[in-house]
Amino acid sequence: MINFQYLRTTTSKSALSLISKDKNAKFLAGGTNLIDLMKRGVSSPEKLIDINHVPLKQIEVIGDKIIIGALASNTAVAEHALIKEKLPLLAMALNAGASAQLRNVATVGGNMMQRTRCGYFYDTELPCNKRQPGSGCGAIGGFNRMHAIFGTSDKCIAVHPSDMCIALVALDATVVVSNAKGERKILFKDFHRLPGDTPHLDNNLRLDEMIIKLEIPINKLNKNSHYLKVRDRASYAFALVSVGAALELSENKIKDVRLAMGGVAHKPWRLTAAENFLRGKEASVENFEQAAKLSMTDAKGFGENDFKLQMAPNSIIEALTVAKSKA
Amino acid sequence: MQSSDQKPNQGDSRRDFLKKSSIISAITLTPTFAVKAAENQADERFAELFEKIPLNLTVNNKAYKTAVEPRVTLLDYLREELHLTGTKKGCDHGQCGACTVHVDGERVNSCLSLAVMNEGKKITTIEGLANGEELHPMQAAFIKHDGFQCGYCTPGQIMSAVACVNEGHTSSRSEISEYMSGNICRCGAYPNIVDAIVEVSKGGMKA
Repeated sequence: MINFQYLRTTTSKSALSLISKDKNAKFLAGGTNLIDLMKRGVSSPEKLIDINHVPLKQIEVIGDKIIIGALASNTAVAEHALIKEKLPLLAMALNAGASAQLRNVATVGGNMMQRTRCGYFYDTELPCNKRQPGSGCGAIGGFNRMHAIFGTSDKCIAVHPSDMCIALVALDATVVVSNAKGERKILFKDFHRLPGDTPHLDNNLRLDEMIIKLEIPINKLNKNSHYLKVRDRASYAFALVSVGAALELSENKIKDVRLAMGGVAHKPWRLTAAENFLRGKEASVENFEQAAKLSMTDAKGFGENDFKLQMAPNSIIEALTVAKSKA
Repeated sequence: MQSSDQKPNQGDSRRDFLKKSSIISAITLTPTFAVKAAENQADERFAELFEKIPLNLTVNNKAYKTAVEPRVTLLDYLREELHLTGTKKGCDHGQCGACTVHVDGERVNSCLSLAVMNEGKKITTIEGLANGEELHPMQAAFIKHDGFQCGYCTPGQIMSAVACVNEGHTSSRSEISEYMSGNICRCGAYPNIVDAIVEVSKGGMKA
């Protein structure tokens, strides 16, 4: 690992002041992705600002929203009674991600900031427009079994690997971020970016900003929700395809519904068209099949990942069916 | 390197021998410009990068007051500085769990944590689990149930297993498997590892 300067801070104010002075500095939270990238030589910041002691670990209800501090650990959120009761989709998604050891350290903000990535991004001997803009995309025409089927560009077809973010985009979360001058809010669905011509940018957080907290509206989708993760082994692997599904049912009628997918795009992929189709309809397998079909309208495979074109709609139907069946 | 005429001294372990020969290699390979820059302090930036950060932490109930380069991981600090080599380096990328230790009672991958991030923390490694000559119940259960073959992943498996029981994730064999999935065993001792954890959890162990 290339050496770097290490600074530790205990307030968000001093953290923001430090980052505003140095564009080659990065915040260090759990470090489970950043330290790995630094070991591989993919990332080599000159300065790390350790923010683990900044008091942003709260998990609480304020008004009609649940507030989660950016530095709450993935385990702390997944195991919290409030989250299990009010936002079970988030708890399920968190527990489907990584391992117990990683979840103990990884933070909510860090989970959002983990790089959208693939094997070509990690291998510094190979071309990657995300790691080195202009060098080309090795995955297009190369090994692309894990790659995206939605929202791709001719520059990048990598996927965002988070499970947590799939639940958060489905649950209409808002991200509160701050720089030295003040706060602003970003809708979770607008936080991450599609690759377009700038695949080196994973999200819309500015260089001088930090994530402060998440605001998630309390909803009535908690009884019938399910996170389905399809992967190569039973646990501790990235999703081939994952689906977050949540229903608010009245008898068998869908009053409200949320659907989002992971493992299929450069960002957490919300299935708005399918939601609009299902809202107000019967919670029937026929309607789930129609919704799944609608979700795939713009899907495109790249060879090795063509199987996702069938696995994705199947997973949508399965996730909705399991969500509906929960008592 | 010219190590052919070197023989380990009587009483030296294989590990000490390897260490000595790698120190010789390191000196041989250090570029002269780097030595000069350090000597003359000609390059301030160079000096700054190698600045060591003070570090106070407790490992297996013993307090340590040292200084480390920021890039040293907790794993390398434990193994190379404190010579606690029970904690293993497997993949060094958080994928195998061989480096699992407890930090303030919670299991973490020590390969993905910088030593300096652990200022003031209490670390427990596999060496800190037994009570003198008396094995920790999880260590005893791993032996009883043949929870290993080659043994390389075992320290990490045992540290993770103790945490798994303390967390209460032992309601079924499938829950144990799920919560032990961050520890890979190439020999495939998984069923026996689960047997050991089931036995300890039923015995009401608290670490």
